[in-house]
Amino acid sequence: MKFDTILRVGTKLLLPFILVFGLYVQFHGDYGPGGGFQAGVIAAAMVIFYAITFGLDAAKRAMPPILVETLIGLGVLLYTGVGVVSMLKGGEFLNYSVLEHDPVAGQHIGILLVELGVLITVFATMTAIFYSFAGRGR
Amino acid sequence: MISGNLPALQVVLPLFGAILCALARRGWLAWFIALVVSWIVPVIAVGMILQVLDSGPISYAMGGWTPPIGIEYRVDLLNAFVLLLISAVGAVMLPYANLSVQSEIDEDKQAWFYALYLLCLTGMLGIAITGDAFNAFVFLEVSSLSTYAMIALGKDRRALLAAYQYLIMGTIGATFYVIAIGILYSMTGTLNMVDMSNRLGDVATVRPLFAALAFLTVGISLKFALFPLHSWLPNAYAYAPTFATAFLAATATKAAVYLMLRFFFAVYGVAIVFGIHPVSEILIVLSILAMFAASIVAVFQDNIKRMLAYSSVAQIGYITLGFGLANAQGLTGAIVHLANHAVTKGALFLAVGGIVYRMGAARLEDFKGIGRQMPLTMAGFTIAGLSIIGVPGTAGFVSKWYLAIAALEQGWGWLVILLVLSSLISVIYIGRVVEMAYFREPEGKALEARDMPLSMMIPAWVMILGTIYFGVETSWTAGIAAQIANDLLAGVQ
Amino acid sequence: MAAFQELVQHYNSWIAIFLMVSGLYIVVARGNMVKKLVGLGLFQTSVYLIYLSPGKIIGGTPPILSDQYTVYSNPLPHVLILTAIVVGVATLALGLALVVRINEAFGSIEEDEIFEKDVEA
Repeated sequence: MKFDTILRVGTKLLLPFILVFGLYVQFHGDYGPGGGFQAGVIAAAMVIFYAITFGLDAAKRAMPPILVETLIGLGVLLYTGVGVVSMLKGGEFLNYSVLEHDPVAGQHIGILLVELGVLITVFATMTAIFYSFAGRGR
Repeated sequence: MISGNLPALQVVLPLFGAILCALARRGWLAWFIALVVSWIVPVIAVGMILQVLDSGPISYAMGGWTPPIGIEYRVDLLNAFVLLLISAVGAVMLPYANLSVQSEIDEDKQAWFYALYLLCLTGMLGIAITGDAFNAFVFLEVSSLSTYAMIALGKDRRALLAAYQYLIMGTIGATFYVIAIGILYSMTGTLNMVDMSNRLGDVATVRPLFAALAFLTVGISLKFALFPLHSWLPNAYAYAPTFATAFLAATATKAAVYLMLRFFFAVYGVAIVFGIHPVSEILIVLSILAMFAASIVAVFQDNIKRMLAYSSVAQIGYITLGFGLANAQGLTGAIVHLANHAVTKGALFLAVGGIVYRMGAARLEDFKGIGRQMPLTMAGFTIAGLSIIGVPGTAGFVSKWYLAIAALEQGWGWLVILLVLSSLISVIYIGRVVEMAYFREPEGKALEARDMPLSMMIPAWVMILGTIYFGVETSWTAGIAAQIANDLLAGVQ
Repeated sequence: MAAFQELVQHYNSWIAIFLMVSGLYIVVARGNMVKKLVGLGLFQTSVYLIYLSPGKIIGGTPPILSDQYTVYSNPLPHVLILTAIVVGVATLALGLALVVRINEAFGSIEEDEIFEKDVEA
């Protein structure tokens, strides 16, 4: 497939839109259906799509496995970090209201950060699963 | 700030440690992180048990959402007891892990192994601390999924099969649990365990509640390997890395048993569970079958890790026997056995781990003459073995004593005889190993075998001395257990 | 007739039960490890229906406070099932990973063939 022009160009055209759609789902999750889980899977689909067209090695150059494995941890770290910060600020674990002076603003910031953590972890996990399956037996 | 957030820290700290381990990527660094975390966690548990003894149950509203709407972390004496048990076992065992893991797991996977261990700890502590039925499911799966992966890291290729089998059985069990929670939720409209137990009385049609109870019982029984549902356990324990086996044998089934205890006696209540359907009879029959069938199978095992795994199935029979008797003494016996079996089986597996470390395997013939070559290791194995048998002066005796009293209270003398008979079978399987170790000439590799290194010896002996300590000084285990049993039977929330 | 109506009214439960039992049957009856996982997935998915179908009220809106609407659907089952789906995905991924490793170690994913090799090993 590497040499098929239409596929190569088509893929390259589509990639940014997949990512933008993923981010749309992510940030729309505040007000409607969406959120980190779905957005993470969509974003991971971008990497997988790239790997299918250009080959696994190209995808691993663009998104190195070591980075992916680190991101898995970082996402969860961000999630629990928000919880720890809210504990340090005198609330319960993951009580977003204390993050800002205004509880409503605090809730907004809290859920955004937590969902960002979810996005990162789900994206990285899905990519890692794909890498470990696709890299097998070659 | 710290004292108010102890319930959250109890779970968050090991989770945090797991992430750090995964990011650390180096075996020794991950081990060090896991060590620090494992040693802090029981301190938190002690802090909470003191708070509970002092001022009653702790309620912690996750995220500031007040229960019953939000997720509540609720610590009463039973939770605190289980939390302390699990975290203390982890703390004692972790120094042992360093050498054992180095010898059994590839260099590049060691950091992941510790991350899995901490995730498993997170899950089990979560099960024990949460007051929300669905949250308990999530933690159940956190601990189970990490357990499957830990088992699959075993050296033998059969470890993969064992992990797969456990995955299938464990997932069916967890799904049964979810079904039960779904039914309970649609009948009561709440997931909070305390709230649920209050509302159960108002439910008009009781049949779905019993359907839920049935799903719950089967689902959780799969997780802690009640007799006919135990098929996953022997292979999983036999082929997992030794440290994982020791840790899981001491804790994993205990967390699931706790969940059953919570639902039977706190959410449903004795009157509903045992009053209408013959649950008590079923449990007692299955327990007796477990005590005998699993013990007899254990006698014929060649792999000692597998033999001890079957012995675990038998010991779980004693715990559920205490449930089935459903009186104060029986319940005390069950809860005491929860702790005593954790210490005893942990000690046994740690001792066997020393032999695996020196000999590379734990088949019966590997034990030939070990008693002379590895005197301290084998002495420890023998003492812990005596506790499995239930010799007076060891921890195993205390729990069996309570069970026997409970049986006599019901006027069931025959049950006492069965208890003694089943203990005699364990004399045979422990005796086989002891005979092999002390009365045969060492040969082959055994000639060069020495006692295990100090970092493994100390944790093993702490557990072994624990079996003696809890056999002599029972105020900690039996005293608290009796109080828990009375609270549960009286329906104190 | 009333009994029949009762049966039909609970059609959502019947669908869930059918899926559940067929999933469980596949897990027990099939020797192929991937098929077993498929059955396991079906079994888990059926449970989602048990949660979701009672959570929906016909004519109910999403639970966003507004004067115009008074009937809300319960959002909690959806949240719970979102969690359960994630757990299901993780289980499936781990299960498939194990099957891949088993295939590499034993050269087969049929249980009976593997157990034959297991005896030799």
